[in-house]
Amino acid sequence: MSSTSRRALLRGTAAIGVLALTLAACSSGGDEPSADASQTAEGGGSLTVWAWDPTVETIADAYEQANPGTSIEVVNAGTGNDQYTALQNAIVAGAGVPDLAQIEYYAIPQFSIAGSLANISGLGAGDLESVYTPGPWDAVEDGGAVYGLPLDSGPMALFYNATLFEQHGVPVPATWEQYLEAARALKAADPSISITNDAGDAGLTTSLIWQAGGRPFSVDGTTVGVDFSDEGTQRFATLWQTLLGEDLIAPIGSWSDEWYSGLGNGTIATLVFGAWMGGNLASGVPDGVGDWRVAPMPQWNEGEHVSAEHGGSAMSVMEASQDKELAFSFLQFASAGGGVPLRIEGGGFPATTAELGSVDFLTVPNDYFGDQQINTVLAEAAAAVPSGWQYIPFQVYANSIFNDTVGQAFVTDTTVSEGLTAWQDALVTYGEDQGFTMR
Amino acid sequence: MSHTTAPVRPAATARPRRRRRWVGWGFVGPFMVVFALVFLAPIAYSIRLSLFRTQLVGGTVFAGLDNYARAFGDPQFWSATGRVALFLAVQVPIMLGIALLVALAIDSGRLHGRSFFRISIFLPYAVPAVVATLMWGFMYGTRFGLVGNINEILGITLPDPLSPDLVLLAIGNIVTWQFVGYNMLIFYAALRTVPASLYEAAEIDGAGQWRIVAAIKIPAIRGALVVATIFSVIGSFQLFNEPSILQPLAPNAITTYFTPNLYAYSLSFAGQQYNYAATVAIIMGLLTMLVAYVVQLRGMRKEA
Amino acid sequence: MLITTPARTPRTRSATTSRSGRGARTGARRRSPLLTGAMCLALVYSLLPLVWLLVNATKTQAGLFSSFGLWFSDDFALFRNIATTLTYDDGIFLRWFGNTLLYVVAGAGGATALAVLGGYGLAKFDFPGKRGVFAVVIGAVAVPGTALAVPTFLMFSQLGLTNTPWSVIIPSLISPFGLYLMWTFAAEAVSGELLEAARVDGASEARTFTQICLPILGPGIVTVLLFTMVATWNNYFLPLIMLKDPDWYPLTLGLKAWTAQAATAGGEAIFHLVITGSVLTIVPLVVAFLFLQRYWQSGLAAGSVKE
Repeated sequence: MSSTSRRALLRGTAAIGVLALTLAACSSGGDEPSADASQTAEGGGSLTVWAWDPTVETIADAYEQANPGTSIEVVNAGTGNDQYTALQNAIVAGAGVPDLAQIEYYAIPQFSIAGSLANISGLGAGDLESVYTPGPWDAVEDGGAVYGLPLDSGPMALFYNATLFEQHGVPVPATWEQYLEAARALKAADPSISITNDAGDAGLTTSLIWQAGGRPFSVDGTTVGVDFSDEGTQRFATLWQTLLGEDLIAPIGSWSDEWYSGLGNGTIATLVFGAWMGGNLASGVPDGVGDWRVAPMPQWNEGEHVSAEHGGSAMSVMEASQDKELAFSFLQFASAGGGVPLRIEGGGFPATTAELGSVDFLTVPNDYFGDQQINTVLAEAAAAVPSGWQYIPFQVYANSIFNDTVGQAFVTDTTVSEGLTAWQDALVTYGEDQGFTMR
Repeated sequence: MSHTTAPVRPAATARPRRRRRWVGWGFVGPFMVVFALVFLAPIAYSIRLSLFRTQLVGGTVFAGLDNYARAFGDPQFWSATGRVALFLAVQVPIMLGIALLVALAIDSGRLHGRSFFRISIFLPYAVPAVVATLMWGFMYGTRFGLVGNINEILGITLPDPLSPDLVLLAIGNIVTWQFVGYNMLIFYAALRTVPASLYEAAEIDGAGQWRIVAAIKIPAIRGALVVATIFSVIGSFQLFNEPSILQPLAPNAITTYFTPNLYAYSLSFAGQQYNYAATVAIIMGLLTMLVAYVVQLRGMRKEA
Repeated sequence: MLITTPARTPRTRSATTSRSGRGARTGARRRSPLLTGAMCLALVYSLLPLVWLLVNATKTQAGLFSSFGLWFSDDFALFRNIATTLTYDDGIFLRWFGNTLLYVVAGAGGATALAVLGGYGLAKFDFPGKRGVFAVVIGAVAVPGTALAVPTFLMFSQLGLTNTPWSVIIPSLISPFGLYLMWTFAAEAVSGELLEAARVDGASEARTFTQICLPILGPGIVTVLLFTMVATWNNYFLPLIMLKDPDWYPLTLGLKAWTAQAATAGGEAIFHLVITGSVLTIVPLVVAFLFLQRYWQSGLAAGSVKE
């Protein structure tokens, strides 16, 4: 064989190789999705779980101990959006999808409508409605189908730096009007203090709109409505614009290092956040121990008690899973069984009515919060979450462009209201582009 | 280049030359095989993607050149492209200018501690983009970063580097910081190869330092200048790492369509719009190649 | 061309030995304090962030926020931070370090091998399709990474390669810049006569390459190796889309994950570990550069003259 033909052979092979790969790549996406876990029939088995919350690992260990022969592998594939991206990629590629995944409530519709989540009502989830508080249950249940089970909940409350309020003689606000007053008073007393921080947070904004009575999102099959002009949304927008305009909100992004230090040194006075913030303050702001307390969320009308859900996640069985029964068994354990106390220990706030009704749980003094029994306040908030809120099937995308649109109100002269309109327009365009009927 | 006169060539090499025609492929082959897998196949797939359209509701349909038409009318795409073009026009000359000055300074032999300068200025190149951006991100903080510290100490208020007006400059600074040393070294190495005889001749003619720089040094390293410019141009058009890592720190200033690459990334991974993303990427690729080619032509033409 | 071999030798020798500027040029040069001062500005600019990084690696998480950015806090915690960084989360940092070494050795090593072979082939041989190869490879440099990311990801998923080291190593094997560098270097450094002589002597192409040319190409190889090492060590975007399992993360992704960790309910803010980890990430590269500077400087010198 002369070297000439050898070279030609090499070239030819390379060309065929490229062609083959291109063809293989082109045919991807339509294949049968396969799950990642290796399965044995029954009496044991193994599962892959994608979750970023550190307590899930503990829960998996506990489950393995209680069910010998099972093996649960917990993978941290990223936090929130990062994981959803990875999940989407795996689903599109048809390979590498886990058996279970931690999914925040706002992202559930996106995955359920696309058919990526298994409907577990048939496996027993349909009977579990009374186990959970209404807010989280609403988020995982849709017309009889159940797409996941709640892991925790985030009923909103007012976390405030009591030391700061006392120091400057400002009363703790019970209504949003009083909140505005308090903001001005604190700023006047000490210009470095801001009543709270916000640099454009989609989750926070939608939750506050929820509490204000707005219902901008509606979903009915493939018809999606996005409309920020309703009364509830607008009164939130006006309030927030006032706060922004008077420079009362610190332009710091939540979860940044500046934010943590601001919470610790008294330059951020309150957080109107979900219940899980209690655990985060305790672990992330050691400087603030003893300073912070929890009160009900500021109200729009004196004497009311209306809250909303902020954040919180469920865990779902993926449609691609090869062993849904085992997956559901683990899910039930994690969400309503032995996993619940483990989560509470780890700082999470439960979504189960049992815990929220238990005297032991409610009366636990929390030493970070100066021995205040914060769970009582938070449980009341959980019961005060109104129903009827929906997220749209592309909420993950919507939240990703929040800063492009509404976020501009925080750094330019655009108002929050204008920003919301821009967001609405972008979402309508996207929805139509994706084949939805937009209202 | 050759010092000896070669023996009569044609007859002696007629037979080996036919063999040698394909030997070259033996050496280049391995590279090309992996290249085909890693570049050509994905590009082909990308082109295919750009000709289709997949909807969340409705599946995949052939779209022809619709995606391209959409890109040309897309304000976000043009905003992103304009931004990198601006970045290119400002940052690349500044960075290469500084690199050139430093290289000239080190080459001039009038510095104390020349090697020390050379190494230290080159060091930032060894820092990963993630770390560099995180570092500068921490330092840019107006409340607790270095900027904040300076504000406190001097009692002034420096403008926020992460505000929408200044963030491009802030990113430009990070990129310049990372690559000045690298480009400086390329220039310095090229300067080192200028023959001493040229300098001697100039000294004899009584030329001053600056004249030497302008008339001998800079023309001598033209090749290196052109190469450095081309790679910097390509790098600017592909700007992604720094805005992507800074985005959590400045989410309102760095939009999801801040640069074309970031736009394509957001389209793919946040919006599941793979087809349109592929289109954007292909258009940017063509644009980049065009500009790089133009730069090379202009650089080469001056030579002649 | 501008190089004449005799003129080169005395200058490069004097560059490395002389620190006083004598010998390289006619007459002694005066040191300019003004120039040195101006250069010090450039120096400060280059080193300031690194100094910041080092100083802040000595602080605890709380200390980071309560002390001045450029000076130490009361609590000198460098060794504690290093210990914590290396043992946090069951020592995952060391695992990331090992992963990075794997990707660098396999990726950069492989890329250098391919670039050396390819560059030599392009420089010293004429073969059909040569112009096409050059155009395609240089054109490939202009293609944005994002155009390739999703298709490569989809391709690799089909082949079952995602979330494995291969998905990071294989794409790292192509370095167009390395190819270009080796091409120009080989064209300069290996003379046609040498090859002729070897062939006339009856040596095969492979032998000629390995025994005669490789030693000559030495400095160029080290240069390409160093540059591909930096590229793979600092690789971020590629592993970002290919890897899901933190066990396979390189250091860059790991540090990013630690930074993001603070942003979760119940997550622990560990910025001090991010900073310490960053220092530990940079050190090996810096050391490599310092030790190998002799090689890459001469490699770059020859490689950059050609246009």
